[in-house]
Amino acid sequence: MKHKFYGGVHPAEHKDATEHKPIAPLANAPAQVVIPMNMHIGAPCKPIVAKGDQVKIGQLIGETTGLGAPIHASVSGKVVAVEPRPAATGFPVMSVVIENDFQNEVSPDCKKRDNVDALTPQEIVDIIRDAGITGMGGAGFPTHVKIGSAIGKADTIIVNGAECEPYITSDHRLMLEHGEKIIQGVRFIMKALSLNNAFIGVEDNKMDAVTHLKGLVGEKNDITVEALHTCYPQGAEKQLIQRITGREVPPGKLPADVGCCVFNVATVSAVYDAVVSGMPLVQRIVTVTGGAIKNPVNLLAPLGTSFEHLVEEAGGFSEPANRVISGGPMMGVAQYDLSVTLGKATNCVLCLSKKEMPATSERHVCIRCARCVNVCPMHLLPLYMNMYSKKSEWREAETLRLMDCMECGCCQYICPGRIPLVQQFRTAKFEVRQLAAKK
Amino acid sequence: MNEQHRLSVASSPHASSPVGTKNLMLDVVIALIPALCISIYFFGPRALTITAVSVIGCVFFEWLYEKVMKKPSTIGDYTAVITGILLVFVCPVTLPYWMVLLGDFFAIIIVKQLFGGLGTNFLNPALAGRAFLMLCYPVPMTTWIKPGVENWASIGTVVDAVTGSTPLSNDLMKHGTLPDASLWDMFIGNVGGCVGEVSVLMLLLGAAYMLFRGVIRLRIPLAYLGTVAVIAFLFPKGDVGNLTWMLYELMGGGIVLGAFFMATDYVTSPNTPKGEIIFGVGCGLITMLIRYFGGYPEGCCYSILIMNLCVWLIDKYTLPSRYGVTKAMRQEAKALEKQQKLAAKEEAKS
Repeated sequence: MKHKFYGGVHPAEHKDATEHKPIAPLANAPAQVVIPMNMHIGAPCKPIVAKGDQVKIGQLIGETTGLGAPIHASVSGKVVAVEPRPAATGFPVMSVVIENDFQNEVSPDCKKRDNVDALTPQEIVDIIRDAGITGMGGAGFPTHVKIGSAIGKADTIIVNGAECEPYITSDHRLMLEHGEKIIQGVRFIMKALSLNNAFIGVEDNKMDAVTHLKGLVGEKNDITVEALHTCYPQGAEKQLIQRITGREVPPGKLPADVGCCVFNVATVSAVYDAVVSGMPLVQRIVTVTGGAIKNPVNLLAPLGTSFEHLVEEAGGFSEPANRVISGGPMMGVAQYDLSVTLGKATNCVLCLSKKEMPATSERHVCIRCARCVNVCPMHLLPLYMNMYSKKSEWREAETLRLMDCMECGCCQYICPGRIPLVQQFRTAKFEVRQLAAKK
Repeated sequence: MNEQHRLSVASSPHASSPVGTKNLMLDVVIALIPALCISIYFFGPRALTITAVSVIGCVFFEWLYEKVMKKPSTIGDYTAVITGILLVFVCPVTLPYWMVLLGDFFAIIIVKQLFGGLGTNFLNPALAGRAFLMLCYPVPMTTWIKPGVENWASIGTVVDAVTGSTPLSNDLMKHGTLPDASLWDMFIGNVGGCVGEVSVLMLLLGAAYMLFRGVIRLRIPLAYLGTVAVIAFLFPKGDVGNLTWMLYELMGGGIVLGAFFMATDYVTSPNTPKGEIIFGVGCGLITMLIRYFGGYPEGCCYSILIMNLCVWLIDKYTLPSRYGVTKAMRQEAKALEKQQKLAAKEEAKS
C-alpha cells in the first residue's frame, strides 16, 4: 500500500525534549490576547467588534470577506483596540486586542450537541465553516472550503499525523492524549464527504501513537493507520498523498483533482470539538521548545496568546535566544518581535540558541555536488535554478519549473556550501509573478 | 526583551546538515590513503615523497594565485590537496619532481583558478594536468618500474629501478596478450603503472568508504565500469576467454581510479540522475574505443576529459520528469502542440 516519494532528508529530530510531556494548560491565563484577522490563507476577516465591546469566549469577532474562515474570541473580556499589530507572518495585520477579565464566560452560541449522529453532511460542513476551522498544520487553508471542493471528487481521506518537522511534538501528544477525538473527527469528515474509509499517516518515530490510534479504531476497521518511514518532508500534502496512494498531484492542481483530501490531525480534532461541544476554534496545542528554553513544553493555549507569554509559561529563556521561529526549523518563519501571537496554524514556538544555529561559511560556493537534486521531492534542479536567478534570468529559472518549488528547504538543508537557496527561490518566484502580472 | 536577545532573522530553513564542503573533501582525502599506502609498499618511499611534493605544490599555487589576485584563501577546503594527490596518482612514480610541480601549476592555475576557482572549472584539474604532462613529456610519463620490495633500496632516486611495463602497454593487452601478472596481482596492485591506479583492492576500499559516507553516488562508476565490462566481455582480444579478458580490462590501467575518484568529481560531472548514467556510459565507450582503436594503450584520462566537456549539454537535455506529470499527460501535450503547429502552418498557407 505504501509508495515512495523521491528525495527528502532526515534532519536531527530533537523531539525528545517534549515528546513525553503531557499537554499542559497555561498556568496563568494571558492578561491580553491579540487576535490577527488573517490566520488563514485567503482574504483577511473584517472585525465586527469595536473598542469597548464586551466579548465572551467563542463569540464571533471577525467575519469572512471572500475565501477565509471566521474568527472568534478566545478569552472573555473587553476589546481594548482594533488596530494593526505585528503578526507571525512578518507583516502588521489588523487585529482585535482583548483584555482578559479572567471570568471565562462562554458565549451562549456555543451549545453542546446531543444528537450528533443525526447530522447531515451539509450540516457538518456548515458547523466546520461557522467554527472557523482552518488547516492547523502550517498553511491554514479553510477546512470547509477544502471539504466543499472535494465532495464527489475525493475517494480517499488522508489524515496527516506525520509531523515531519524536527522539534515539534504537538500533534504527537494530541494523538496520544486525544486519539478518540481524532478518530471521531475523521468519521465526521468521512460522513461530510460520503466516504467510508480513511487513512491516518504517522511517521514511525511515533510508534506509540500508531499503536494507540490502531487500538482506538478497533474492529470497525474503517480507518487505516499507516506507520511511515520517517523522512522530511513527508508531512507536505503532495508527498503524503504520494506516499499513501502513489498518486502525484499535477502542477497547478489541487489534491482533490487526484481524488485526495488531506487534513491535519489537529484540524480533525478541532472538527470533533466543533461538532460535539459546539466550541469554535479558539485554542490549540503548541510546542514551546528549543535550546534556549528552560523547560520545553506542549501547551494548550488560547489563540492570540503572545509568544512572550508562551515562553514564560515554558520557564523562560535559559540563555539568550538567537532565533525565535513560528513553526519548525525547516519551514518556520523567524520572528523579530516576541509580541506576535499564537495563530490557528502555529504548531510550535521554537527558540534556538546560538549553538543550534547552522554554521555559516563566509563563501557560499556551489561545488555542483548535486545533493540538492538528489533530495528535491519535486524533481527540480535547485543548483541551476539558483544559478539563473542569481543572474536575474527569471525566465530561464521559470523554464526549470521554479514555480513547482514548495520551499520545503531540503536543498538548502543538504547543501554543503550552505547556499541560501530557498531565499533565492522566493525572490525569483516573486519576480516571475511580477513578470506574469505585467503581461 | 528583544534587545536583550538580539533575535536574528533569516529565510527558512533554519537548520542545515552538519556535512559541509570541507567534510566531503576530507573524506575523499581519507579514501585515497589506502591506495597511497600500497603504492608506497610496491614502489618504494618515492611514492610518498612525490605525493607530498605534489600536494604542497598544489596548495602553494592555490595560495599564491589567491594572494596575488587578492581573493579569499580557499586552501583550507582540501580541494587542492585532492588535486595534488590525484595528479600524482595518474603519473609514473619515476617522474622528476619539477615535472610534477609543472603539472600542479597547470592543474591549479590554468585549469582551476583561471576559470573561476572551486566549482567553475569545466575540466578535472588533475586529469587536465596529466594530459598536459603527457603532451609535453611523453617519455618520462610512460616510463614504468616493476613493483617490488627492491624499490625500497633506492630511496629518493629511482635510476636503479628495473623498468617494466603496464598490463595495458602496446606489446601486451593492446594486442591481445595477457601480462605475466595473475588476476590476484592485478587485484592487489602488484603490477606496473601509475602511482595510485594499480591496486584495485585499495581503490575499492576507498570507494566503499566514500559510498558509506555518502560522498559519491554509484550511478557514474557503475555505468562506467559496466560499459567497459560489457564491451570487453562481448569483444575480447586474443583467446583467453571472455570473462578473463573482461577482468583484465577492468583491473588493468586506471579505470577503477577513474570511475570512483575522477569521473565522480562533483564540479565536472552531470547533476541529473539520467545525466550521470549517460556520462558514465560515455566514459566507458570512449575508454574502450581508445583502448581498442586508438594510439594510446589507456583511454581513461581522455575519456573523462572529453565527457567533462559534455556535462552542461547532458544536464540541459536530461531534466528530471516533472512532478505530477505522467507519460500520458506528456504525450497529450505533445499531440496538442503538434496540432497547433499544423493549424498555424495551414493558416499561414491560406
